[in-house]
Amino acid sequence: MSGSPVVSLRNVTKTFGAAGVTAVQSIDLDVRPGEFVSLIGPSGCGKSTLLRIVGDLVEPTSGEVVVNGKSARQARLDRDYGIVFQDAVLYDWRTVAKNIALPLELLKWDRAKRAARVAELIDLVELQGFAEHHPWQLSGGMQQRVSIARALSFSPALLLMDEPFGALDEMTRERLNGELLRIWEASGSTIVFVTHSISEAVFLSTRVVVMSRRPGRIAAIVDVDLPQPRNADTREEPRFFELVTAVRDRLREGGHDDDRTAPGEGELVGAEETP
Amino acid sequence: MRRLRRLAWEWLPAIVVFVLGIGIWEGAVQGLDVENFLLPAPTDIVRTLGTDGGELWDAAFFTFREAVGGFVIGCSLGFLAAVAIARWRTLQAAVMPYAIAAGAIPIIAFAPITNNWFGITGMTSKMVIAAVLCFFPVLVNTMRGLTSVHPSQIELMRSYAADELTVFRRVRLPNALPYVFSGLKVATVLAMIGAIVGDYFGGAPGALGVQIRRWVGIFAFDQAWAAIVLASVLGIAFYGSVALVERLTMGWHPSVRGARPE
Repeated sequence: MSGSPVVSLRNVTKTFGAAGVTAVQSIDLDVRPGEFVSLIGPSGCGKSTLLRIVGDLVEPTSGEVVVNGKSARQARLDRDYGIVFQDAVLYDWRTVAKNIALPLELLKWDRAKRAARVAELIDLVELQGFAEHHPWQLSGGMQQRVSIARALSFSPALLLMDEPFGALDEMTRERLNGELLRIWEASGSTIVFVTHSISEAVFLSTRVVVMSRRPGRIAAIVDVDLPQPRNADTREEPRFFELVTAVRDRLREGGHDDDRTAPGEGELVGAEETP
Repeated sequence: MRRLRRLAWEWLPAIVVFVLGIGIWEGAVQGLDVENFLLPAPTDIVRTLGTDGGELWDAAFFTFREAVGGFVIGCSLGFLAAVAIARWRTLQAAVMPYAIAAGAIPIIAFAPITNNWFGITGMTSKMVIAAVLCFFPVLVNTMRGLTSVHPSQIELMRSYAADELTVFRRVRLPNALPYVFSGLKVATVLAMIGAIVGDYFGGAPGALGVQIRRWVGIFAFDQAWAAIVLASVLGIAFYGSVALVERLTMGWHPSVRGARPE
């Protein structure tokens, strides 16, 4: 947990549109190498927007974003991060193996090297026997594993994950949580993870960043001192429950007093399609 | 073997309808003593296909080539226009009204004019008519396919620092393929109609539409009907070959995979 930060945000603010809806305001955050940082907050608090700002998919209105010691834009152009969305975003016309290989194709890896790497990743996410399947033949959990394998394919130092397990059932989610931790330990990468789930955030993270209702600010940062490696038993430990309670209290203080879906977050994020 | 049986079951309803239809037609013509110029019996039409087969085939094939030529021109232009419009949205406002106008042209009114422009006996004038008919459905469908990409698919490509050409080749184009093929399939049928209608307003002596008019003029209804049968057989073959290409290029697509009931 040392060295210069992988992600460094200084006074980052994002305002959308002429109406001036402020998604995130005055965010200061450093993510150190090897950390697993979760962003948690009510719907519409701008946590997805913040993740996209780190990935240079959304431009901040003001403030400074440094990723891997360079501008967010340069980091994107250098393919310094892999990203996983809530939907697996697999290309239907590509098989599992070819979906995983897509970034490698763009990086112009040769065929043999690509095939070897894809085989490795299929083992890693335990999809043996599904390499030649098409996405629509897989369950939601399997699709998301393909998506994670694709994000890891070129071994980026930073992994950005936007509610990757949000659409999955509780059982699958918990299993994939365990797998993600295993992958995180094996790869030694840094992860920034957006989630709605308090227990997921506590289970996975080394730090939980609690955000307040829009305009999203950092309400609190909770250090998670649960021992590594974590497993199913971790969820039974008293310390786990204490931390869940602590995060829940911080959320409440941040104005998370109901669960209504604030309008607009999806639109604002989705409005970024390039013409 | 199981596959063959499944295939047989799939086609059985169509075959039953065909046999029944032909049977009722034949029976009605024979039993009610229908005059030949009103409706010739299927057996008469088949006999004519046997005796005048060569001449009929030449005519049908001539018009078929007009249709295919128009199809290629119209579909290519429709596709390219869609690509341009999807890329430069401002073009949409500039071009779409005219594309819609082209789609709304009453083709019967247009045919004599293209004859004036491109020569009455050549193939070009008929190809132009077929092309005008094909243009619109291909344009609209392709445009839809190119622009209906989910935003996160584009975001993902952006995260890989992919340039616009890469996004087009790897995401927009494959995403558009199912749409493009629906446009192309509609266009096959329209191209045949366009070519035959074009012939009606004057064409090469050997063209099918011209021949149909001539035969009707001399009360040779068996020939006219035989010509119509040939035209529809070629139309079906045209449609079928595009559908086959669709299957071959889009084996991945659920609609293709799932087309056969398990």
